[in-house]
Amino acid sequence: MDDLSAEPPSSQTEKSAASSSPEEFVDLTNNLESAESKVEAEISSPEPSDDFFDILGSETQKVEVEASVKADSGEVSSGVTDLPGGKTGSEQGTSSAAPIINLNADFSDNNQQPSRVENKTNDPLAQVLSDTPAADPKKPSSAVLDLFEDDGSDIFTGTPQTKPASQPQKGLFGEPDEDLFGEPLGAMSKKTTENEVKSSTTKAAGPASSTGGAQQDRKSTEPADIFTEEAVTTVPRTSNTSTVNSKANGVHSEEDLFTEATVELSLDSPRSGRKKEETSKPSASSSSSSLSAPAKQAKQPPAALEELEDEEEAEKEDQFDVFISVKDPEKVGDGMNAYMAYKVSTETSLPMFRNKLMTVRRRFSDFLGLYEKLSEKHGPNGLIVPPPPEKSILGMTKVKVGKEDSSSADFLERRRGALERYLQRVVNHPMLLQDPDVREFLEKEELPRAVSTQALSGAGFLKMINKATDAVNKMTIKMNESDAWFEEKLQEVESADQHFRKLHALVESLVVHRKELSLNTANFAKSAAMLGSAEDNTALSRALSQLAEVEDKIEQLHQDQAANDTFSFAELIADYIRLLGAVRGSFDHRIKAWQRWQDGQAMLQKKRETEAKLLWANKPDKLQQAKDEIVEWEAKVTQFERDFERVSATVRKEVIRFEKQRTNNFRRQITKYLESLLQSQQQLIKYWEAFLPEAKAIA
Amino acid sequence: MSSFDDNNKERLRSVSVDLNNDASLLIDIPDALCERDKVKFTVHTKTTLSSFQKPEFSVPRQHEDFIWLHDTLVETEDYAGLIIPPAPPKPDFESPREKMHKLGEGEATMTKEEYTKMKQELEAEYLAVFKKTVQVHEVFLQRLSSHPILSKDRNFQIFLEYDQDLSVRRKNAKEMFGGFFKNMVKSADEVLIAGVKEVDDFFEQEKTFLLDYFSKIKDATAKAEKMTRSHKNIADDYIRLSATLNSLSAEESTANKKTLDHISDLFEKLRKVEGRVASDEELKLTELLRYYMRDIQAAKDLLYRRARALADYENSNKALDKARLKGKDVSQAEEHQQRCLQKFDNLSESGKKELTNFKARRVVAFRKNLVEMAELEVKHAKNNMTLLQGCIELLSSN
Repeated sequence: MDDLSAEPPSSQTEKSAASSSPEEFVDLTNNLESAESKVEAEISSPEPSDDFFDILGSETQKVEVEASVKADSGEVSSGVTDLPGGKTGSEQGTSSAAPIINLNADFSDNNQQPSRVENKTNDPLAQVLSDTPAADPKKPSSAVLDLFEDDGSDIFTGTPQTKPASQPQKGLFGEPDEDLFGEPLGAMSKKTTENEVKSSTTKAAGPASSTGGAQQDRKSTEPADIFTEEAVTTVPRTSNTSTVNSKANGVHSEEDLFTEATVELSLDSPRSGRKKEETSKPSASSSSSSLSAPAKQAKQPPAALEELEDEEEAEKEDQFDVFISVKDPEKVGDGMNAYMAYKVSTETSLPMFRNKLMTVRRRFSDFLGLYEKLSEKHGPNGLIVPPPPEKSILGMTKVKVGKEDSSSADFLERRRGALERYLQRVVNHPMLLQDPDVREFLEKEELPRAVSTQALSGAGFLKMINKATDAVNKMTIKMNESDAWFEEKLQEVESADQHFRKLHALVESLVVHRKELSLNTANFAKSAAMLGSAEDNTALSRALSQLAEVEDKIEQLHQDQAANDTFSFAELIADYIRLLGAVRGSFDHRIKAWQRWQDGQAMLQKKRETEAKLLWANKPDKLQQAKDEIVEWEAKVTQFERDFERVSATVRKEVIRFEKQRTNNFRRQITKYLESLLQSQQQLIKYWEAFLPEAKAIA
Repeated sequence: MSSFDDNNKERLRSVSVDLNNDASLLIDIPDALCERDKVKFTVHTKTTLSSFQKPEFSVPRQHEDFIWLHDTLVETEDYAGLIIPPAPPKPDFESPREKMHKLGEGEATMTKEEYTKMKQELEAEYLAVFKKTVQVHEVFLQRLSSHPILSKDRNFQIFLEYDQDLSVRRKNAKEMFGGFFKNMVKSADEVLIAGVKEVDDFFEQEKTFLLDYFSKIKDATAKAEKMTRSHKNIADDYIRLSATLNSLSAEESTANKKTLDHISDLFEKLRKVEGRVASDEELKLTELLRYYMRDIQAAKDLLYRRARALADYENSNKALDKARLKGKDVSQAEEHQQRCLQKFDNLSESGKKELTNFKARRVVAFRKNLVEMAELEVKHAKNNMTLLQGCIELLSSN
């Protein structure tokens, strides 16, 4: 490194060219890109040219550009050329998978949110079913029918004519089905009969009925899924009676939802049939895609099918037809009592809401109040309640004081975006969407003023999270974790949290540097303009003022990019830091439930000891009371244990859901961010390309 | 080599005589060695001139030798009418070295990956500074070699030919102070002779132009430097982002891992491009401005010397008048007045030529650099685009 001779060939070749012109000090760049310069030197030396400058200047530049494109393409194209290969493989996979995924995803959601799904899936399906005879009857139909038929085949005895067609695909779906249905069959038997009853009621509806049936099947698989997991984990741990209890419990809790869902479903299906024509637009597109998808799929080798299944898992995302927008932050009041109010608009087609479009005004503390209510209600059950942005005394004070500078506008925009994403997350959660408080928040004109949100202000909020974390840490030491999954996840969450925090700091510093760059570019633009005015060569003077203009535009570009860095990247990460806090909170609640159970057990132990003592002391009068207490505590302990199991199951489900959502959301957001970067590069190219003739015109 | 030299000769002459238009004296620095603070350059010369003993030779030279050469040229009375090419700036490895030091301190807080990446980046920066240093020294010699008068200078030829250590003394404290004092006197003198009425419009214009231009270009240089530095900061941020994303993905087990890997990879590549944008702006723009800032200073020095000669001439005129009035030492004064006039005329003549050349040279250099910079900016932005597009496609395909 201390020795330049490390690269004698490159510098040598170049020097020979450079030596003829003392002005060539600038050609250093080529040195820097030694690989490129070698190529360049080789090309340039044999080439006879009538212009010396051109050889070192523009012409070689052209060569260099080409060469570098070639050289770089080694780097780049390896990534890019990979694409087509991967793309043709995977994209077809994905594209063909997409409609199926949608269906499946909807089915799983169906569990909690049936009505909309019903609308969505029924129509295309009905069309598919009715269309199939017309469109290539063999391949697509078999594939489509397969999807539903196979799932249903265990319970469904009908549609024998499609059975043989489904044969080749069976391997795919056969496995999960057997798993899902095999294990919990004992417990499920009751449910499945219910299913059949219900599906038979809808069967009369014709083609739609089979989808309804299939959906119900799917629905039953979802609870079963959870259920089996639960059962498996509980069996080795707890002895005799508790398994039965927890099973019963699991069934019970899921069944509430389930029955609710099916009731709505059966009510809904005839309506959806009627709606079919109204909603024909979306259904037409989706049906066509679902038609073409299987056609593609049929051509696909089985390897792609495996992929498809993976995709299916990954893409299982809650898609509800609720879209929230938070807009128009507006200052209400004056001085330190001022607050910001936002317009919250909800667009939905869900029948649970009174209107399709609702708009209310909410102030910031209302958002916090909603969070408090939700976390109070659902937190202990292990739900991950999406957290709102923190109160910021500094940011708000600036706004209150009424400074109309860029930092307070920046602050408001950040907060507005965070609030919007927060609400969207809340309504995307199947359980939280059902919460009356959420509905009230979105629908009701006036809300009772939220109190005691002060505790959540700024640093206080962070402190609370930290405190909770500390508590969790302390408790984990006490609790010897019996479930490796939770232990692993907690560690993952904690390290992810650390990394995200670091990432956030880095992106913030990127923003700072980008703003600096923007400022410095602006300053340089001014200086370049001055230099241009001082220059006495007309063409050069003109070029310099053009350069100033270009730099001015670039300054704006950097500024916009800094905003993009903030809003699409830094805020995305900030969101995840908050969410990870919420995830830790749910772990915390699980451990609290465990603690209660342990305490209960200890109490029971004590009571038993008392009983033994009383027995020893031969005090029959108190003995009965002690026995009652034991019975009472036994019941309590079982209840606590059940609670713990339930919370554990919920946390597990929630974490899995969170991870899936994060994966998709993160990718989407990052893509958006990269697109913004791409755009600014495109602009940059435009600006410089426009400048190039100006520079060349200097003479 | 000669083929395109011949082709270009005609045009080059008309543009600037300062450019190296014949192969009679070719100088380059093919090699250099860095030892602590000192950089040892190998100065290689190829010549057909008979004043040299051999047609080709190499000698070891240090930065101080270059400074010595520059100073002797400036002090040579005969060259007063020439723009002496500005001396190369002292090699400055402070900034990368300091950063290296900081990096060493921060090693504990960084992941290994991040550390290696930062180190690589710093090494690249160090190498760039090193190469730049070599280049500015080379340019200094090349400008001398292409100058019709300066290339004949005896000291210059000694500098090129003498194969032993020149063992130029570093300036001692007294001389340093002397130099400082001289500068003070010079600026005071400049103020004094500013009152002397200019006789030639060309020089009057040139003077106002150069003064104005100097302050503007100085400002622009400082701003360009700042801009380049911010660009470097962003490239550094990209490294850290890439490293953090990488360590994040290392602990991720879900499908997010792929996404994170892609982005980490992307930032790694973006950083390279961004770093090049920074270094190209530095080389094509900042260096250009910086060099011409120094060159303008040299031109200003020429104007000062001429103004001084003018003042001398006017003083000698006054002295002659006085002598005539007193009728004493008239011939002596006359002689002195004639000498002064001649000197002044010589200075004016060569100065005019030099300044015209300087203007042409500046325009050519600006054109070349600005064109190159714009082309490089386009190239880098296109590279960035390709990288971003590739990554977006990767992300959307899985």
